[in-house]
Amino acid sequence: MKETPLSNCERRFLLRAIEEKKRLDGRQTYDYRNIRISFGTDYGCCIVELGKTRVLGQVSCELVSPKLNRATEGILFFNLELSQMAAPAFEPGRQSDLLVKLNRLLERCLRNSKCIDTESLCVVAGEKVWQIRVDLHLLNHDGNIIDAASIAAIVALCHFRRPDVSVQGEEVTLYTPEERDPVPLSIHHMPICISFAFFQQGTYLLVDPNEREERVMDGLLVIAMNKHREICTIQSSGGIMLLKDQVLRCSKIAGVKVAEITELIQKALENDQKVRKEGGKFGFAESIANQRITAFKMEKASVDTSNIEEKAEEIIAEAEPPPEVVSKPVLWTPGTAQIGDGIENSWGGLEDSEKEEEEGGIDEAVILDDTKMDTGGVSDTGNQGAPIVLSDSEEEEMIILEPDKTPKKIRAQTTSAKEKAPSRSQVKRRRKKRTAN
Amino acid sequence: MAEVLSVSTGSVAGCRARAAHNVLNQVVLPGEELVLPEHEDVDGLGGAGEQPLRLNSGARPRLRVVCGPGLRRCGDRLLVTKCGRLRHKEPGGGGGGVYWVDSQQKRYVPVKGDHVIGIVIAKSGDIFKVDVGGSEPASLSYLAFEGATKRNRPNVQVGDLIYGQCVVANKDMEPEMVCIDSCGRANGMGVIGQDGLLFKVTLGLIRKLLAPDCEIVQELGKLYPLEIVFGMNGRIWVKAKTIQQTLILANVLEACEHMTTDQRKQIFARLAES
Repeated sequence: MKETPLSNCERRFLLRAIEEKKRLDGRQTYDYRNIRISFGTDYGCCIVELGKTRVLGQVSCELVSPKLNRATEGILFFNLELSQMAAPAFEPGRQSDLLVKLNRLLERCLRNSKCIDTESLCVVAGEKVWQIRVDLHLLNHDGNIIDAASIAAIVALCHFRRPDVSVQGEEVTLYTPEERDPVPLSIHHMPICISFAFFQQGTYLLVDPNEREERVMDGLLVIAMNKHREICTIQSSGGIMLLKDQVLRCSKIAGVKVAEITELIQKALENDQKVRKEGGKFGFAESIANQRITAFKMEKASVDTSNIEEKAEEIIAEAEPPPEVVSKPVLWTPGTAQIGDGIENSWGGLEDSEKEEEEGGIDEAVILDDTKMDTGGVSDTGNQGAPIVLSDSEEEEMIILEPDKTPKKIRAQTTSAKEKAPSRSQVKRRRKKRTAN
Repeated sequence: MAEVLSVSTGSVAGCRARAAHNVLNQVVLPGEELVLPEHEDVDGLGGAGEQPLRLNSGARPRLRVVCGPGLRRCGDRLLVTKCGRLRHKEPGGGGGGVYWVDSQQKRYVPVKGDHVIGIVIAKSGDIFKVDVGGSEPASLSYLAFEGATKRNRPNVQVGDLIYGQCVVANKDMEPEMVCIDSCGRANGMGVIGQDGLLFKVTLGLIRKLLAPDCEIVQELGKLYPLEIVFGMNGRIWVKAKTIQQTLILANVLEACEHMTTDQRKQIFARLAES
């Protein structure tokens, strides 16, 4: 859907209100909206709500080989996605500019600031390192996506626990969460982005713009800072001219805000830790308020289970017995086994005239060794005549079996069932071209 | 403050049709079938099985029941197409009243006869393209204003707010609106003034505010002198003397949706003092 256009009336009103230092929701110029952090049941999953803007963050890890030029460092991967439910204007393929800008800013903020110790993610130098992946999804857009996304990313990373690994000489042991408690990531500092919106060519400044204010702003300044007052990233977009003292003032404000937000994050993490340790309930279901008017509750509906037993017995008695189960696999060749019969082809009989179509149309590519193909072919076509080998190359082998009756499309693994169902005739197996010939 | 809505699951599971008058003010779900009282009488009398529900007034002595939003005729029954509470309005004279479903919705679908607030997005030749919140922008001819002639064009710029009425609104064509009523008079429609604030609320709140004798609007009027325009597409334009008052009004209207009557009276009392 196209974005709702901004009328002149709204634009004028918003700018006049900003000149009088009034914001739509009654905040002051330097006020942030309410930040709410809730955690899921898994480690590394959190939802951050900045006013009505919501971002979901999820961290996961995997053991991979490291990059060639960084053999002793782990790999970090960040991804922010603008879900279609966030705003009617977000459609797949329509949001590329904004998406690229946000992703780039997030990467600079988190990767270049070296907030995560990548050396500690190394398990075996040059062979196995941890790859940490942070996925962020925007669930609702009400302005200031970048702040909410950066908070969600850092909270999810702090909350995440990776499986424990121990290296003894040549042996590497990866413990499951049941064997040993998973360990947290080693995080040096928490960089958080703070956004400043400028209006009337830099005359007026607002912190944490909401969606309406973002529409009428002239330019945006984003400062990523941690609580030690170190600037990790600074970006100015919109092409406005900012004076030196304006930028310095913004950085001072950012310092104050970051301190508050970091405290909030620490408290949220501690609370969650406490609840988990005490065995209380945690997760997203617990953080939804039950008694609010926007949360509906249904009364329990009683279910009559008095005649369940009789009903169940009835159903069992009337049901047909299940088909015979063949539990023993039949081994045709090393690597090719068959368990039971394949299902009957449900496509119906194909005419002979469609044989030509099929030759070009089938793209089941089955990778089998030469030897296996031959033996398989021989065993399968025992009743049907010799296979015709079209080419001699080792890479490519196409075997067309003599059509007995109407040809049908069959998957490779059911060809071995042909012996039991001789009505199936034509089978084609085509080798995947490994190299360009 | 939370409403606990009870849904009787028995009849839904069995797909049995319920009598409409038994279900008034209760939650109904899409797919349910409702039986009208007249039809039950026919059954009782062993009627000939003719369709008792006619939406065009015929010579039959049957009551004419109007099927409102959220309901659809399905054979001789009413089929529910939206979830919400079933309501009924007794007829003024003749007829059998109106049944409809009160549901929550924020997205607007253009309906013929609705008064809506639109934003002009383009001027092309003789028509303006106006965004009313639906899937397509509505078209508004420049002659559809009071006193407009070919020489005397209305002064409408891109980005202006227009209050008009939808005359064509179906799913197969783009909607059309006009700022003139059938007699040729503006009747309050046309371009909305330059100042003021436009904001969006749910459609249900608009219907509540536009109901006759709505308390909220009367109380608002007692607070400050104000101008206010309600569009059935969920948009409200409000203007008061100062920016602060306009902001207060906008916030109060948005919050009205989730407040009970007492809370609202408290808020208004506090505002009246300050």
